[in-house]
Amino acid sequence: MTDGRGSSSSERRPVIGPGRRRGGPMGHGGPMAMMKGDRARNFKGTMLKLIRYLGSYRIAILVVMLFAIASTVFTIIGPKVLGKATTKLFEGVLGQITGTGTGIDFTYIGNIILITLGLYLASAAFSFIQSWIMANISIDIAYRLRQDISRKINTLPFKYFDRVSQGEVLAHITNDVDTINQTLNQSLSQIITSTVTVIGVLVMMLSISWQMTIIALLIIPLSMGIVVLVVRQSQKYFTQQQDYLGHVNGHVEEMFGGHRVMKAFNGEERSIKTFSGLNDTLFDSAWKSQFLSGLLFPIMRFVGNLGYVGIAVMGGYLAIRNAITVGDIQAFIQYVRNFTQPITQIANISNVLQQTAAAAERIFEFLDEEEEIPDAEHPVEVDDIAGHVEFRNVRFGYSPEKVVIKDFSADVQPGQKIALVGPTGAGKTTMVKLLMRFYDVNSGAILVDGHNIKDFRREDLRCMFGMVLQDTWLYNDTIMENIRYGWPGASDDEVIAAARMAHVDHFVRTLPEGYSLVLNEDATNISQGQKQLLTIARAFVTNPRMLILDEATSSVDTRTEVLIQQAMEQLMKNRTSFIIAHRLSTIRNADWILVMNEGDIVEQGKHEQLLEQNGFYAELYNSQFERAYAIE
Amino acid sequence: MLRLIKYLKPYRLLILLAIALLFVQANADLALPDYLSKIVNNGIQQNGVENAVPVAVRQSEMDKLTLFMSSSEAEKVLGDYTLIEPSTAEASQVLDQYPVVSAEAIYVRKDLTRAEIDALNPIMGRAFVAASGIEQMTANPEQAQAMAQQLGIDLSKLPAGVDPLTLLQQMPAAQRSAITDKINAQFSSLGDSMINQMAVGAVKTEYQALGIDTGRLQTNYILSTGGIMLLISLLGGACTIAVGYLASRTAAGAARDIRLAAFERVENFSSAEFDKFSTASLVTRSTNDITQVQMVIFMMIRMVFYAPIIGIGGVIRAIDKSANMWWIIALAVVVLLGLILSVFSISLPKFRIMQSLIDRLNLVTRENLSGMMVIRAFNKQEDEEQRFDRANQDLADTSLFVARVMVTMMPVIMMLMNLLSVGIIWVGAHQVAEANIQVGDMMAFMQYAIQIVFAFLMMSMMFIFLPRASVSGGRIADVLETKLSITDPEQPSELKKPFVPEIEFRDVSFRYPGALDDVLHNINFTARPGETTAFIGSTGCGKSTVINLIPRFYDVSGGAVYLDGIDVREVRQSDLRDKIGYVPQQGTLFSGTIESNLRYADEDASDETLQEAADIAQASEFIFAKPEGFQAEIAQGGGNVSGGQKQRLAIARALVKKPPIFIFDDSFSALDFKTDSALRRELKEKTGDSTVLLVTQRVATVKNADQIIVLEEGRVVGKGSHQDLMQTCETYQEIALSQLSREELL
Repeated sequence: MTDGRGSSSSERRPVIGPGRRRGGPMGHGGPMAMMKGDRARNFKGTMLKLIRYLGSYRIAILVVMLFAIASTVFTIIGPKVLGKATTKLFEGVLGQITGTGTGIDFTYIGNIILITLGLYLASAAFSFIQSWIMANISIDIAYRLRQDISRKINTLPFKYFDRVSQGEVLAHITNDVDTINQTLNQSLSQIITSTVTVIGVLVMMLSISWQMTIIALLIIPLSMGIVVLVVRQSQKYFTQQQDYLGHVNGHVEEMFGGHRVMKAFNGEERSIKTFSGLNDTLFDSAWKSQFLSGLLFPIMRFVGNLGYVGIAVMGGYLAIRNAITVGDIQAFIQYVRNFTQPITQIANISNVLQQTAAAAERIFEFLDEEEEIPDAEHPVEVDDIAGHVEFRNVRFGYSPEKVVIKDFSADVQPGQKIALVGPTGAGKTTMVKLLMRFYDVNSGAILVDGHNIKDFRREDLRCMFGMVLQDTWLYNDTIMENIRYGWPGASDDEVIAAARMAHVDHFVRTLPEGYSLVLNEDATNISQGQKQLLTIARAFVTNPRMLILDEATSSVDTRTEVLIQQAMEQLMKNRTSFIIAHRLSTIRNADWILVMNEGDIVEQGKHEQLLEQNGFYAELYNSQFERAYAIE
Repeated sequence: MLRLIKYLKPYRLLILLAIALLFVQANADLALPDYLSKIVNNGIQQNGVENAVPVAVRQSEMDKLTLFMSSSEAEKVLGDYTLIEPSTAEASQVLDQYPVVSAEAIYVRKDLTRAEIDALNPIMGRAFVAASGIEQMTANPEQAQAMAQQLGIDLSKLPAGVDPLTLLQQMPAAQRSAITDKINAQFSSLGDSMINQMAVGAVKTEYQALGIDTGRLQTNYILSTGGIMLLISLLGGACTIAVGYLASRTAAGAARDIRLAAFERVENFSSAEFDKFSTASLVTRSTNDITQVQMVIFMMIRMVFYAPIIGIGGVIRAIDKSANMWWIIALAVVVLLGLILSVFSISLPKFRIMQSLIDRLNLVTRENLSGMMVIRAFNKQEDEEQRFDRANQDLADTSLFVARVMVTMMPVIMMLMNLLSVGIIWVGAHQVAEANIQVGDMMAFMQYAIQIVFAFLMMSMMFIFLPRASVSGGRIADVLETKLSITDPEQPSELKKPFVPEIEFRDVSFRYPGALDDVLHNINFTARPGETTAFIGSTGCGKSTVINLIPRFYDVSGGAVYLDGIDVREVRQSDLRDKIGYVPQQGTLFSGTIESNLRYADEDASDETLQEAADIAQASEFIFAKPEGFQAEIAQGGGNVSGGQKQRLAIARALVKKPPIFIFDDSFSALDFKTDSALRRELKEKTGDSTVLLVTQRVATVKNADQIIVLEEGRVVGKGSHQDLMQTCETYQEIALSQLSREELL
């Protein structure tokens, strides 16, 4: 059979729901496939944008479309032409039997077969060229989109990430780009070929017999109706199954997670009993769900066979009356088998396009986000920074409605230590973010050595600061490279010197590959405390004028904590330092303490002054810092 | 997968039944093209006349036919027919069917079986063809000339106007049989199929002579064949549904059994086995992996079993239709399989690489996002973009390769399938010309070919994907086949009565399974009733490991742990754990209510006991701050209560049990100092004679313990009271000094 798109009645899996990769209804994902996809808010605008984004590929795509049409048309003509060969053969045989004919005309049949072969060859060639070009285009577009998104990430202001989670951004790079890639690579040509196939097949069928065509068309609403009916039923059980599966998995997670507690209280039997009950309920809905979603396939096939029989009977009836030929029946059967699949695909087009538009819309919105304010046109040159920092009437809020720093002024002399204290979530890092210009103040100014930080190049400003945060960010590379990250020009010796100052050299040397050890994905092959030491070493390499430190808390054991403490002290020598402080000694020894609560600076001053005030700081100090600092 | 096969045993009847039904289904699927070919062959080409054995023949015609049969053949034929004379009772009965009976006598076929008809077919076929051939000769003299020459009859000798058949009738028997033999020899070269096709024409003429409506006959034939096709496809559909039912029951049932078995197994694991697999992996194995296996079983029954059945069935049918054309199918299958296998062997590894490249891209992006502050602080945006670009470029290159392979494969497969059908038509046409097959057979053959090729396609896909799916099966089997490292002794000792909760570690060493070094070396101490024994040391010093040996979460590698003088390995685990109130570090709670969590320790505990436990654990205050009190919901993992509250509930839970031994594994870490000290004060009062063991990092928590054991790198480096250790133990001093100011320590 010339069933190009590859199917016979017994193996065709009806494609319903939003397309292949989202899982067919045949078991894999259950009838999830019928669930509605997301929609774009501005479909037309987004599509136009997407087309514009295709750039010079637009013409190539147009050409490709023509190729797709040509390929499909050739495929469709095939069966009808081949049918002629069958008819001729049939007539020849009849002639032989009745003795009236001249026998089978092999020259004619041979010609027909050559023509058909030519048609199929042309179709295959067109289809090959078409999909080859489309693959190139779609992969390049996906590459470009990812590249643009990645570049965008680095130019977005931090405030963007206050309202958008990292996961969402990650989803742009993976899911959304993938959707567009899929659409370009497959769906687009599928839409074209499906449409052309349906129209073409319809025309060919009508050209053979309108009566048979009616029978073929009758099947469509029938099968659609059945699909909807079955899917609705199986969806019910599918949701139920997911629910129960959730219960079973929940119990498993809970019991395995609390394994020791379960054991300690001799809970094995109780746990197994509960599990067994849940498991039986799951079984009940699981087989029903699977059975019902599996019904679709045989029922659809039965409906397909109904059409097959109908056409065979009607075809036979018409053939007797010489209304059609035997070859026509053969061709017709091939057409019918090619008919249903593109129809379901077409039914799906709007879904696919909507999803594509939604994905494209998200990406374009992301790419259109406002970027960081550009650097000053005539930036201050940084030669020798003393490290004098002044906050002048600083006012700042993450959103205009919620001002977190109302009117803050402070003058920090070079080499001073400033402690930021306050309960978790008080917004201690806000100050850090303002200093580094991750955020810009709403009004007032922060000055370094008398220059507004807005007048520096961001790059220069950030170079002045060294940062050691509790959230120790290291990346998937060797320890050597991670330390060198602070200053790429550092020699190996300088890196090792920095490591020594951070008290991490000894530890690194005990590791299996020493400085060449590659940190794994989440850097879990070294401990939290060791990570902290590495980030301190990283800051040493930079040799900054000013420091921003976040002290370690309880996740680090006491001995390592002492090391970190010492390393930080070492680092702070002669540098203007801003410390998010947890440690009693740090706070006491600070030159100035900023007490923060709920995103606001509530008190400031020296330790003794603040204790005398007997306000928030005193309370905090007495309750939290006295003994139980390890709470955090 | 094979390692799980025993879980399919209870379902083997269902599976066998499913396979049987698959046979029916396959036969139904394969029968349809056969009936289509009948519609073409018999319905259209032969005008609804199936064979050369007509239901009725005029007596005059029968006389002619018998001329071309040997006497034994003629006898046999006439024996199968009944002669009905006009205007008899029988004649009036069949008058409606055969109107001609009113004028002349007819033979009506008796009720014959298929086999009997098949036996008559060649005889009558030949006779019909011979008779009609000679009749045609008379109608068409030119043709007659040629034909007569073939038969060796000199027509010119015949008197003009004499019917050759009449002539034959008048010939002596010997001469006649010589001629008929010659005719028969002539026909034998044509083959039965061709004779049959030629004869039905004559049969049709005969039917017309009998007064039968041949048009209706043809329509009826097509309709009845269509009806059979419908029934068959209904049967096929019903079988598929039944197979679906059996498959889903089997798959879901086996999944249920495996799930339960795996769960039971894991519940009996000790912490050593948990370490071996990791909790997360055990959860995946007991949940997702089993769902995978369920899917595989379902697909196995529905598709993997079906493919060979339909494949082989298709081959048999196809060969039956035309034994000379099977090589086309074989060729197509071989080429197609070769193509698919080579494409997959090229692209499968690339798929794997692609997955890892996608992971890499995600990793770089995640690092970019999570490290944004650091990246900008160090001005590394450009480096990061380059890093991303490398990952992106690698991914694009590999996906392009994979896409190109696929892009090449699809049109080639399409072309192959088309070549197959065109090839069948070409070769088939010659077969038809040689009268080996009929046109309808060729059409059916084409559909069989497609079915066979698809069956093989399906099988090759299965062979590629099943091994990957069966990885899940292997992972589950690993769990199920894991030997338990901690089991109850065969002859357990009973704990003494009255029970004295004294715990002694005698020269205990411990090594995690598979580790190179011991984590505990020669631990010796005794924890006495009514006393608090505290363990302190930095992370990784082994203090939690020590107390985990008491409830046998692990077993010692050397030495022994004694409970009231009995080795803990000699008593039943449940007896042992009955004596222990264990409070874990994270304050693990289970979903349910506060009450159900407290009652987890003792289902029969009185309300007063719960209340008292909550009071001691300093939990009453926040419990009653909730409107539902003890009935307040606890989410899975205790997600809706704070860390400190979780710990207090976990402590209360242990208190409900009123055990002689308490083990607190760093259970006060999330409590503030006030709560911590109040809790310990009350605990001291209420636990009275119980033995208390606690692990902590906080010096303040251990200060008042009766015995403090300082651990460093798995060794006891100090043992004694706070005051003693401040004098004697350097490690203890270090820890203490890092936490408390000098004034506070004294």
